[in-house]
Amino acid sequence: MQKLKTFPKGGVHPPEHKLSAGSPIETLPVSGRVAIPVVQHLGAPAEPVVQRGEEVKVGQLLAKGTGFVSANVHAPVSGKVFRIDKKFDASGYKRTSVIIDINGDDWDPEIDRSTTLRKEITASREEIIEKVQAAGIVGMGGATFPTHVKLNVPRGKKADILIINGVECEPFLTADHRLMLERGEELVVGIRILMKALAVTTAVIGIENNKPDAIDHLTKLTADEPGITVQPLKVKYPQGGEKQLIKAITGREVPSGGLPVDVGAVVHNVGTTLAAYEAVQKNKPLIERIVTVTGKSVAKPSNFLVRIGTPISALIDAAGGLPEDTGKVVLGGPMMGKAVSKLDIPVTKGTSGVLIIPDNEAHRAPVEPCIRCAKCVSVCPMGLEPYLLMDLGVYEKFERAQNERVMDCIECGSCSYICPADRPLLDYIRLDKLRVGEMIRKARQAAK
Amino acid sequence: MSDIVLYTVISLTLLGILAAVILYFVAQKFKVVEDPRIDAVEEVLPHANCGGCGYPGCRPFAEACVKADSLDDLFCPVGGNEVMAKVAEILGLEAVEAEPRVAVIRCQGSYEHRPRTSRYEGASTCAIEHALYTGDTDCPYGCLGLGDCVAACDFEALFMDEKTGLPYVIDENCVACGACVEACPRDIIELRKRNKRDRKIFVSCINEEKGGVARQYCKVACIGCSKCFQVCPFDAITMGNNLAFIDSDACKLCRKCVVVCPTDSILEINFPPRKEPKEVKPAAAKKAVPPKQEKAAPAVAAAKETVAVKEKEQEKEKKAENIPAEEKASEKDAGGEDEKKKEAGGSSPEEKKGS
Repeated sequence: MQKLKTFPKGGVHPPEHKLSAGSPIETLPVSGRVAIPVVQHLGAPAEPVVQRGEEVKVGQLLAKGTGFVSANVHAPVSGKVFRIDKKFDASGYKRTSVIIDINGDDWDPEIDRSTTLRKEITASREEIIEKVQAAGIVGMGGATFPTHVKLNVPRGKKADILIINGVECEPFLTADHRLMLERGEELVVGIRILMKALAVTTAVIGIENNKPDAIDHLTKLTADEPGITVQPLKVKYPQGGEKQLIKAITGREVPSGGLPVDVGAVVHNVGTTLAAYEAVQKNKPLIERIVTVTGKSVAKPSNFLVRIGTPISALIDAAGGLPEDTGKVVLGGPMMGKAVSKLDIPVTKGTSGVLIIPDNEAHRAPVEPCIRCAKCVSVCPMGLEPYLLMDLGVYEKFERAQNERVMDCIECGSCSYICPADRPLLDYIRLDKLRVGEMIRKARQAAK
Repeated sequence: MSDIVLYTVISLTLLGILAAVILYFVAQKFKVVEDPRIDAVEEVLPHANCGGCGYPGCRPFAEACVKADSLDDLFCPVGGNEVMAKVAEILGLEAVEAEPRVAVIRCQGSYEHRPRTSRYEGASTCAIEHALYTGDTDCPYGCLGLGDCVAACDFEALFMDEKTGLPYVIDENCVACGACVEACPRDIIELRKRNKRDRKIFVSCINEEKGGVARQYCKVACIGCSKCFQVCPFDAITMGNNLAFIDSDACKLCRKCVVVCPTDSILEINFPPRKEPKEVKPAAAKKAVPPKQEKAAPAVAAAKETVAVKEKEQEKEKKAENIPAEEKASEKDAGGEDEKKKEAGGSSPEEKKGS
């Protein structure tokens, strides 16, 4: 058998548990009152543009992005704006949200709601980027970085390859897998659109080898599409990381502190690509996404197509209710996801899954002293020394942490996963990154 | 044989003389002239190296004092006015009298007052928990109870009370160096003027939410009703962000604000007991919890903080106050224990079953 491509440095292979891989995508209706956070992306917060008591239609602009690195937020439901208030969201804090009382399902007439495939791309390069920006599309793999920023290749740099991320290396999650199987035709048109926007002639869809049906399906669909190929990859976490995927597919290494476009590559998630298709061909802003609801004790692990703003409690109910032995509810996958303390928080653009962990697996083991086994060093996909970075965090040596390139950490959690002494490595690395980020911002301000 | 000894002694002596001559010139060349006053100033400083003055340690502070033209911006909080007077004497400058200050904890969100809505199991520092979410209660402003302030204190002036999950200040040890203020990610700790007999009155809450929301988080939250603002005869209270703030420099410790506060969020510490019983308070009747229990946390604080009091008269009063305080504490124990067990463990916010 031919040796499969993967990234060379570090990585782990946690049990896959893709329980919901066989469940087709179901559309989940939403009713009652929803809260739509105005910050669902990385970058500057969006400014609400609707008033209290205003009637909104599906797809209407709720909040406008401020600045270039920001994203619009649209109404995912129709109804009346109850008020603009602070509500708990996935961040763990209350943040400004537009609260809408749902009334019917009245769509903006501009949006093409038919399911017919529109293959022909009439929009020009600039129009595509404009439409993607207007539709408020962000990276839907979880990082929620505004997509139009990535499509605008900075002057003096040139992209020559578009990589479509269908890796889904997180255990349990199957949203992207189902999307590739069920929305493949639209996805391929989406890839063409992104290729046109970036002016590249090559696109590679990276899919891990544990999804052979998706690989087969997309290989068939792209057979007569020049320039688009499917690349099966060895199963290894965190292959879905941008830098790891570029290394696995092209062999190029993104320099420390650099961007993927520095090595001529641009990576987009399959969800983002589909959203770009809908925005450009159907005029549909990003108002819904596919969310996996899964867990070992969940009665019916499922993949739902839900509107942004749907409370996660509604998703859990649709998947058979909260199991008796629930210990923890995590938004996202088990490796990078974040546990939540409330169930009425809304689905946002970056919510890829709701994972329910049973109580007997939900707790951390007591922290033991470091035994210097260096397993964290060998699994770190960025070549860092997590044990050292943690100690630097404990003793508040943040300048040294900066020199040890803590900002390169992608927070994949492989170090914490592998540590036999159960040390909270990533917790402290995040603290390092927070403090170093503050230092960098301060230095930048001082320089001005 | 004796020749060898002789030659050895002579050659070593010559070598010694040569080395001495070289060293003399080297020493002249690389001589470091240092103001002797730096040593003198450093001598009178407390050698705590706490950084409370804003310098990395006592020696750099001494250097700064010697260099400075006036002592206006230089103050050693550990040594206080006494040490600064000595420093001024050495340098022939005028010492600036500074009011002694003391740290206060502006949160009363004990296990009893603030319902725990989730459980945190992550790395045991407030800084990390603060970055993750509101903490194990819903209050985004209140104390997280993991003791970053206690760890930062070099003077054993803070301790974490396991019964309440809050830190307390031991007044006599606190030098107001500000290390805890810096360490607290939620900015709960404030340095306030140190009054006679360590008496303190302050609004022990920094929750900026509107009253109704604040009360959902915590029973003793300041709701910004401005009753204290209206009653204050000295204009020491200012209102802002749904919150009252008592200016410790303007406050004359009349205790009028404490009586009118409907949520008991204004604390009075180290005062003799009032003549009239507390039950007279109109707001007390509204509360679900009997007022005796609700006052337990401040009373514990008072008991711990009164240690410093020296006057005999005061001691008597303290004894009177102390006994009921301890009783209250043990009463509260029964209720607080379950909560505490839940807390044990330690990382990510966790959903309570069935919520």
